[in-house]
Amino acid sequence: MPDMPEISDFVATSTLLQARPEEGSGDRTMVLNMGPQHPSTHGVLRLVIEIDGETVTRVVPDIGYLHTGIEKTCEAKFYQQVVPMTDRIDYLSPMTNNLCYCLAVEKLIGIEIPERAIYLRVLLNELTRLNSHLVWLGTHAMDIGALTVFLYTFREREEILRIFEMVSGQRMMTSYFRVGGIALEPPLDFFDRVRNLLKILPEKIDEYQNLLTGNPIWVGRLKGVGHLSAADAIALGVTGPPLRASGVDWDLRRDMPYSGYEKFQFRVPISNDGDVWARYVVRLEEMRESVKIAQQALDGMPGGPIKADAPKIVLPDREKMKTQMESLIYHFKIVTEGFQVPAGEVYQAVESPRGEMGYYVVSDGTAKPYRVHMRNPSFATLQALQTMCAGRLIADVVAVIGSIDIVLGEIDR
Amino acid sequence: MTRGWCKEYTAASYTVVMSIVRNIAGITKGMSITFREMLQPTEVENYPDGPGPTRGAVLQERFRGAHELQRDENGLEKCVACFLCAAACPSNCIYIEAAENTAEQRISSAERYAKVYNIDYNRCIFCGYCVEACPTDAITHGHGFELASLNATNLVMRKEDMLVANVGMPGQLAAHSDSLK
Repeated sequence: MPDMPEISDFVATSTLLQARPEEGSGDRTMVLNMGPQHPSTHGVLRLVIEIDGETVTRVVPDIGYLHTGIEKTCEAKFYQQVVPMTDRIDYLSPMTNNLCYCLAVEKLIGIEIPERAIYLRVLLNELTRLNSHLVWLGTHAMDIGALTVFLYTFREREEILRIFEMVSGQRMMTSYFRVGGIALEPPLDFFDRVRNLLKILPEKIDEYQNLLTGNPIWVGRLKGVGHLSAADAIALGVTGPPLRASGVDWDLRRDMPYSGYEKFQFRVPISNDGDVWARYVVRLEEMRESVKIAQQALDGMPGGPIKADAPKIVLPDREKMKTQMESLIYHFKIVTEGFQVPAGEVYQAVESPRGEMGYYVVSDGTAKPYRVHMRNPSFATLQALQTMCAGRLIADVVAVIGSIDIVLGEIDR
Repeated sequence: MTRGWCKEYTAASYTVVMSIVRNIAGITKGMSITFREMLQPTEVENYPDGPGPTRGAVLQERFRGAHELQRDENGLEKCVACFLCAAACPSNCIYIEAAENTAEQRISSAERYAKVYNIDYNRCIFCGYCVEACPTDAITHGHGFELASLNATNLVMRKEDMLVANVGMPGQLAAHSDSLK
């Protein structure tokens, strides 16, 4: 047996469990546990914080409380059965996860997706982004102490969730996208409902802005807090709104377009301040841009099929399945045996509400993936916590956690 | 010297006053929204004290709730025990045992029927794959959502728990219409 490190070795060398006051610091510092049940840590994040008085000297996140083993479970499922798993990784943006996985497998197979499915995917993705940012704004404001915003943002989010329930049947675990298109044609009044929502959203966003932007407490808690320089952000692999708030002009929707994003006109909001306030401003602007993209997708919604013309991969229409023998056979084959994906590997990245969400899928030519790995934005952003919080007050940690908008489900997977 | 100090003092107090004014303006702006919202209609689903079978919960048409096993127009079970739902299920929560229909006892319209049809709601993730897979539309998602139980064994639903009521032959429908109401 070669010298394999024991788990106890890892535990012994883990900086986290050694998070005792540093040598020579005497009695000046103490170690404080924040979470995993702390109301401001968003899920089950545990932070081990070393404090000197009220000043934070070290922050060590302890993750793994929400480990679900989704990555490993994916290896035991057919390609189409992985889609419901992906919902549960980042439960605030299920459609983005669905999209990213489907795009990755579609890239491996090499099938063309009909225009209508592409537009619907973009529309639902931008609604997902709005949904996620509404949750972020509500909870972030609640952490700082402004409870009212939470009630208003969740009212609008409720409408988005109802729209999700309308198309897919579930509010959060949508599982609506399929490899090769979309599961079902949206119901008849779906487009009207989305149009009405998009009509009221800009003024609602103004409302949140009016509630918060001029508020002296809000400004005082956010401005100049949790600074992250552009160089640090890039070095730590931070993506999404925190990266753009640090002044790096990088948005995958524009710079590496996927799923037809090159057809849409939108602005990528940037701020150079790199603090919590900048992230707030950038996300609010992003919500406005999302409304614009969704509006464009709605206006340009083409007709036609919602599934690719690939009978061996996509389940046939129910009408055809019940009337044509060939379709019925394909239906049985896909459900019981899955579909084979050519051997190879692929990495597909999309801009999730939190940053670069990537799926790395390896196929060995069978109907089940050999490996599905997710690159999750929250994981990288969490590593920047130390850089943002060190030397600041302990109350600022709460503001910073709110501003990086992490979802523990996608960190632990 | 004194005049200089005085000037600085005035400038400082001016900034303080201005910041107080700005802060009051900011809070007033925020509070004006709060007061305006007070006049807006309440957005509350009055669950569980609302009217109707869902007790006030608003569900969309496609809501994926507790499963229902459907019957055809003759009152026979639609399920033909093809096992497609069990194969499609990502969480392996469906258990089926098939049996042959006989001339004396006809349960479904095809050759076979599901003698045992269990769904383990401890495992079910309500993804809708079984409904999508079913070739005879036998299994559908109903709107039932009050599934929580203190005892995990209660969550294994049997065929009898999920099968819709038999309203009889089309000719008999009128006789049953009272019970339908």
